[in-house]
Amino acid sequence: MSSTETTTATADFTATEIMTVAASRLLKDGTVCFVGIGLPSTAANLARLTHAPEVVLIYESGPIGAKPTVLPLSIGDGDLALTADTVVSTPEIFRYWLQGGRIDVGFLGAAQVDRFANINTTVIGPYDTPKVRLPGAGGAPEIASQAKEVFIVLKQSPKAFVAKLPFVTSAGYLDGGDARAKAGIPGAGPTAVITDLGILTPDPVTKELTLTSIHPGVTVEQVKAATGWDLKISPDLKTTEIPDAGALAALRDLQARTAAAHGQAGGGEG
Amino acid sequence: MAKITPLREAVASLVHDGDTVALEGFTHLIPHAAGHEIIRQGRRDLTLVRMTPDLIYDQMIGMGCAAKLIFSWGGNPGVGSLHRFRDAVEQGWPHRLETEEHSHAGMANAYVAGASNLPFALLRGYTGSDLPKVNPNIRFVECPFTGEKLAAIPSVRPDVTVIHAQKADRRGNVLLWGILGVQKEAVLAAKRSIITVEEIVDDLEAPPNACVLPYWAVSAVCPVPGGAYPSYAQGYSERDNRFYKAWDPIARSRETFQDWMQRHVLDTDDFAGFRRVLAESMKEVA
Repeated sequence: MSSTETTTATADFTATEIMTVAASRLLKDGTVCFVGIGLPSTAANLARLTHAPEVVLIYESGPIGAKPTVLPLSIGDGDLALTADTVVSTPEIFRYWLQGGRIDVGFLGAAQVDRFANINTTVIGPYDTPKVRLPGAGGAPEIASQAKEVFIVLKQSPKAFVAKLPFVTSAGYLDGGDARAKAGIPGAGPTAVITDLGILTPDPVTKELTLTSIHPGVTVEQVKAATGWDLKISPDLKTTEIPDAGALAALRDLQARTAAAHGQAGGGEG
Repeated sequence: MAKITPLREAVASLVHDGDTVALEGFTHLIPHAAGHEIIRQGRRDLTLVRMTPDLIYDQMIGMGCAAKLIFSWGGNPGVGSLHRFRDAVEQGWPHRLETEEHSHAGMANAYVAGASNLPFALLRGYTGSDLPKVNPNIRFVECPFTGEKLAAIPSVRPDVTVIHAQKADRRGNVLLWGILGVQKEAVLAAKRSIITVEEIVDDLEAPPNACVLPYWAVSAVCPVPGGAYPSYAQGYSERDNRFYKAWDPIARSRETFQDWMQRHVLDTDDFAGFRRVLAESMKEVA
């Protein structure tokens, strides 16, 4: 693609769209993916509708191999059950399928992350006297520890990307280095954090999140300003591939169907 | 032994002040009608157990039924916060609410352990999370064979579990299908149980491996068509996503919440009455 086309195309998609498409591209065909509701569910279903038709989507409410026609508003929408290969109980999902080691990718959202990709979805402020009480853990602590790898998708801002989390709900790399493995956590941990500004991946040794891909039209200064610590920038910083027309069309079509079905794009757990 | 009885009588005889009560249903089949009846009968000091508190626990907490909440995810699915739950935790309104917080895997395992008559649940879980620092009921034990560190949490053993299901037959055998959540385990873990159903039929027509709770394992079966609303019963109704969104502004202030509860729940006799008044007030808004 020529640079002229790239420039033209950058005006044709939103920051949320490139985030969603970039996140969906990371899911390979045939992957067994434990899907969080909201942005992860949008990206995972986009992957299923485009380059990865054989991706297996598992939701914590019990559907295995869900193929929803619209994005679910809740984790337990009827469409997830009706389109699934099978529906099992919640204990079975967590005991046999997740703890059993059958999940390739855990795809999670987050309220906050820190430089070692630890996740907070519990409280802002002290636990006993919180400034903001968030929904809590849900399935995330065990998904984050037991999926073979984890992708995290969330919008980047200084409030969301903080130097020190008030509460670690789900483990990323803990204090970095080999802390995660030493704690006996089986999965590899978060291998990518996809945001509306770029893609962060852990340093192979220190496990500190490093900006390795920046979305077209975004500056490094913008990404640094949206991060609550001194963000490391990869010397091999790449520019994220722009969303191709097919993926964009599929995403917009999916969201239009979703809006027609229940008035808005999919949102929360529960 | 299942007694087929009106919901009001089942709640009056089986749910007591101070009980540990689990109303389960994972987005699907949430027993809203039974929650309303517990509110109408003014139960107090309940320990409420539920993986995903949802709107029904927002209402019960806001109406002062709960002393303690054991849970793993407290939000309005797809919409945002549970404002009454947050107000209780952040401001202590209508009174302080004690919380015991877990992950879904922890809660699901705790119900399984309860149904299995075990004192605690064992799982690979909570590693690296701060939850064990704030919840003394999350501990770690060593595997006696390998020495591996595993998480242990107490079983959930409710005094009463309340669920909603699609059908019961005339003896009180109950059939549920679709997203099953943790309901079977929650009923079998409890001393007593109340099951509201969409309908009573002559024959469940259940295939051999269907999720059936036999009549002799449940206490009360209560016909309440639509009793999961605004949640849903697969094959009977759809989730009313509009109501989940409408709840957000209602629950945001104490005054609008109290007015709404008075008009829709306290001033109505039963769930059918609630649905009639709700239909009127939704028309006023529209």
